[in-house]
Amino acid sequence: MEVNHTKSQINFTRNSLFEQGYLDEQFTQLEDLQDDANPNFVEEVVTLFFSDSTRLIRNVDTALENYPLDFCKLDDYMHQFMGSSSSIGAKKVKQECTQFQECCKARNAEGCIRAFQRVKQEHATLKRKLETYFQVSL
Amino acid sequence: MGLKMQGHHHLVAVSLNEQQLGAKRKYTSYVPRTNQGKYLVLWIIVFGFAAIHVYRCIDEGHQQRIQEGLVSMCDQRARMLQDQFSVCVNHVHALAVLVSTFHYYKNPSVIDQDTFAEYTARTAFERPLLSGVAYAQRVMNSEREDFESQHGGTIRTMANKEPSPHRDEYAPVIFSQETVSYLNLLDMMSGEEDRENILRARSTGKAVLTSPFKLLGSHHLGVVLTIPVYKSKLPPNASVRDRIEATAGYLGGAFDVESLVENLLGQLAGNQEIIVKVYDVTNTSDPLIMYGRQTQEGDQTRIHVSRLDFGDPFRKHQMTCRYLHKAPISWTAITTAFLGYVIVFLAGYMFYTGAIHIVQVEDDFHTMQQLKVRAEAADVAKSQFLATVSHEIRTPMNGILGMLALLLDTDLSSTQRDYAQTAQACGRALITLINEVLDRAKIEAGKLELEAVPFDLRSILDDVLSLFSEKSRNKGIELAVLVSDKVPQIVMGDSGRFRQVITNLVGNSVKFTEQGHIFVQVHLAEHSKAVQDAILETCMNGRSNGPQSKTLSGREAADDRNHWDKFKHLIADEEFPFQVLTSDGNFQDVNLMVSVEDTGIGIPLHAQELVFMPFMQADSSTSRHYGGTGIGLSISKCLVELMGGQISFISRPEIGSTFSFMAKFKRCEKNTVTDPKKSLYDDLPTSFKGMKATVVDTKPVRAAVTRYHLKRLGVLVEIVNSIKTAVSVSGSGQPDMILVEKDVWLSGDDLIPVSRPVSKSPKMILLATNITGGEFDKAKAAGFSDTLIMKPLRASMVAACLQQVLGTRKVEQGKVMANGSVYLRGLLCGRKILVVDDNRVNRRVAAGALKKFGAEVECADSGKAALDLLQIPHGFDACFMDIQMPEMDGFEATRRIRKVESMINEQQTSGSMDVCCNIRTTEWHLPILAMTADVIQATFEECQKSGMDGYVSKPFQEENLYQEVAKFFESKPATGS
Repeated sequence: MEVNHTKSQINFTRNSLFEQGYLDEQFTQLEDLQDDANPNFVEEVVTLFFSDSTRLIRNVDTALENYPLDFCKLDDYMHQFMGSSSSIGAKKVKQECTQFQECCKARNAEGCIRAFQRVKQEHATLKRKLETYFQVSL
Repeated sequence: MGLKMQGHHHLVAVSLNEQQLGAKRKYTSYVPRTNQGKYLVLWIIVFGFAAIHVYRCIDEGHQQRIQEGLVSMCDQRARMLQDQFSVCVNHVHALAVLVSTFHYYKNPSVIDQDTFAEYTARTAFERPLLSGVAYAQRVMNSEREDFESQHGGTIRTMANKEPSPHRDEYAPVIFSQETVSYLNLLDMMSGEEDRENILRARSTGKAVLTSPFKLLGSHHLGVVLTIPVYKSKLPPNASVRDRIEATAGYLGGAFDVESLVENLLGQLAGNQEIIVKVYDVTNTSDPLIMYGRQTQEGDQTRIHVSRLDFGDPFRKHQMTCRYLHKAPISWTAITTAFLGYVIVFLAGYMFYTGAIHIVQVEDDFHTMQQLKVRAEAADVAKSQFLATVSHEIRTPMNGILGMLALLLDTDLSSTQRDYAQTAQACGRALITLINEVLDRAKIEAGKLELEAVPFDLRSILDDVLSLFSEKSRNKGIELAVLVSDKVPQIVMGDSGRFRQVITNLVGNSVKFTEQGHIFVQVHLAEHSKAVQDAILETCMNGRSNGPQSKTLSGREAADDRNHWDKFKHLIADEEFPFQVLTSDGNFQDVNLMVSVEDTGIGIPLHAQELVFMPFMQADSSTSRHYGGTGIGLSISKCLVELMGGQISFISRPEIGSTFSFMAKFKRCEKNTVTDPKKSLYDDLPTSFKGMKATVVDTKPVRAAVTRYHLKRLGVLVEIVNSIKTAVSVSGSGQPDMILVEKDVWLSGDDLIPVSRPVSKSPKMILLATNITGGEFDKAKAAGFSDTLIMKPLRASMVAACLQQVLGTRKVEQGKVMANGSVYLRGLLCGRKILVVDDNRVNRRVAAGALKKFGAEVECADSGKAALDLLQIPHGFDACFMDIQMPEMDGFEATRRIRKVESMINEQQTSGSMDVCCNIRTTEWHLPILAMTADVIQATFEECQKSGMDGYVSKPFQEENLYQEVAKFFESKPATGS
């Protein structure tokens, strides 16, 4: 019964992540990659993503403090960020990254800063949610 | 927030108002809005004057005719009087001639008093106007005595008939008519009037008239006519003196004007109508009346004066006539004017009341319009308010739920956990409710728009079912879905909204059903209708047996037309002569008839009308028992209507309800479903294609559902009634598996243990809605496989279970397929692949994916590292290269690799085989595939330019990966295996 309950809770948490648009089907593909040979593949990748992205966020933060903004550099960082995000299927973060890149292309410093705020926000939310999810599922 | 919203609403209302006003301005009123009373009075006055004018015009003619009558009468009288008068005067003249001729020219005189009297008496008719005539002789004072003696009397005065006093001359009357014989020897000179007359007559030689005076011997007014008689004939131009000298006497006569005129008028017609007066106007300032009373009487307004000429130039006379009575009023004129006026007045009044009415109606209309605008604005405001508020609530609610989730992950005591879980459940319920309200508000505000994307109907239905599988299993309800084969795999429409409607309907059914089944069916509307019609005909012939055992679970359903008899026809697609779709002509539209049938508590008859009203539940006890807001169905209704269909239901209390709706989708054209969209399809494994299965089920509908799911996996299905029949088949007809319904297995004597399967015997699989541990053990003991398939059935789940049961067969089957993960596995298995990406996450994911397909993966985090690893000779079969990397990007790295390769190749061909002669004889060419998230940027040309062999999208998509990899791996045998 207890196992059953936990299982349904995990499922619910997972479904809600999809339904609320935090994740997309790429995450499912990651899950598919997880098998006996690679039991913690998803978590591993996600952890990798967060450590990587935290570093990237720090980089972007530093880059944003320099004035005038180096849009090329920002775009570079963001490209990486976006690559990792799409790899784990972090849909919302990816969307915000796209926004950021558009601002970069438009050389809109203020837009960049605002977009980055949203990126960070989404990133934090996702982190929280995924942490919850993994804690429950393990 | 509140302020902001208010302002916003206000704006909305205002804009609405303006729109409405704008529309209203187009309408112009032709009726005065105020002062209708004044207009009426003005109308009345104007037409009053008009009526008076009309009256005057008519009356004027009338008056003129009256005046003309008066003039003609007066003139006629005056002429007659004048004629008669002149006749008399002429006659007196004749008498004067007579006297002069026979009294003076004859000597002796042949005339004496008797002769004169007789003659005058006999000729009196000639002088009707004269009362009498007399002749007075001129006697000088010297001749008086002679005269007196001759006539035997004295000359007397007229006043007192006494002998006349001494005078210069006298005029005593010597001849007189009998009527005036009293004048004999009266001195005419003694009367003032007569004397004047005599003097004037003899000096002019003509007939002269006195002014009117009271005649002697009568009280009537009269005038005296005097004509001189001369002794000798006078020349026409004789002087006054000559005339006086020659004067012998005077002939006079009295006109009794009053009686004369009386007589005269008496002879004329119309005598009574007019009043005639005759005046002597010699002295114009003091006209002397000759006839008629002095008093003012008769009609004073109309008078006519005719001049009279009595032959005496010294005297002037005139006749005045007036009507005795006032002229009668002209009734025609009055009636005409009055009636006309009345008509106009009434018309005016009609206009007046009409205008008042119109104005009132217009005012009412405007009031209504304003109220309508306000009501509409309020409605919009309400919807917007709901939408905004719901949205605003959602955000913090998400926070609450998230925090609760986090809280639940912490170390909690069981009570705390219980509390937190309850709070979370409540929060979820609230979010659901808010979402529903938001949907509803969005629909009402007209903001909900359906998207049109291709989606797989069947997988959505499977998803929905999986949502409720837990609940239905707990309740022991059969939950099943069946989609007709005629329904296309992919349709265009709003999958989310479709899912919402289905979820709502199924959710309701699950909520209100305690036992029995819930059955979702999807058919083409045309097909369903055609079958319906056909069934109705057969139904008329009478039903063979009761509806029991003809539904999914065997329980009676509300819509008993929906049972097996019809169902049979719906799924028997081959046999049914189905012409509707082809005759339809419009291939673009797919009309789906979806029905959700349950065997729940049903809807009370009195509440059936209210079902689709928002916030209405069957009764208040419903919400107490089952919860919910009752908004779901109304949203579903709106959504279905947005999808171009309608929703309806049949419900029988205590038996169940069947909700069915029609929805319009677009057919998805085959060529638009290109490879990237393949993911729309269920990733149903195709490894079961061609397998045979036998389903043991006594309930045809349930069996049909099982067959539907198996058919989707490509399994050929046969349905039998008992396990015995299924097992008895052997040889080539032997199925790969036998699926047995739990209740079939449990019921009856089929409980015999199935013989232990030999190697080639079919797998026995149990189908169950729920199962207890004991039953499960028994089933295992009876020879069923470890894995049982739990209802509700879903194609993917069935596939998973079958895979589990059938074990390794999967891989063998996989070779047959032309694509898919199995084949990809075949291609990549054992290959050594280098993944170059600076992003750790990407690297890990790509490596994981490739490893999954059996590849041996090595990683490099930069272009440089890759170059190091790829120092020839190396053992890599392929390289996946990220394009955008710091320092050295993918293009550059590839160029360098190619450079090195070409160098080595040249060396090989030039004969320096000593370095690596024994390893490879072919040219070095490592397949390099670009990995990119940005498909647009990395065009194929660019990749080729730098020497790449292709590109795959990042993250990997199986189809894409397969296509690219197949290009250079297919021909080569795998080195590793």
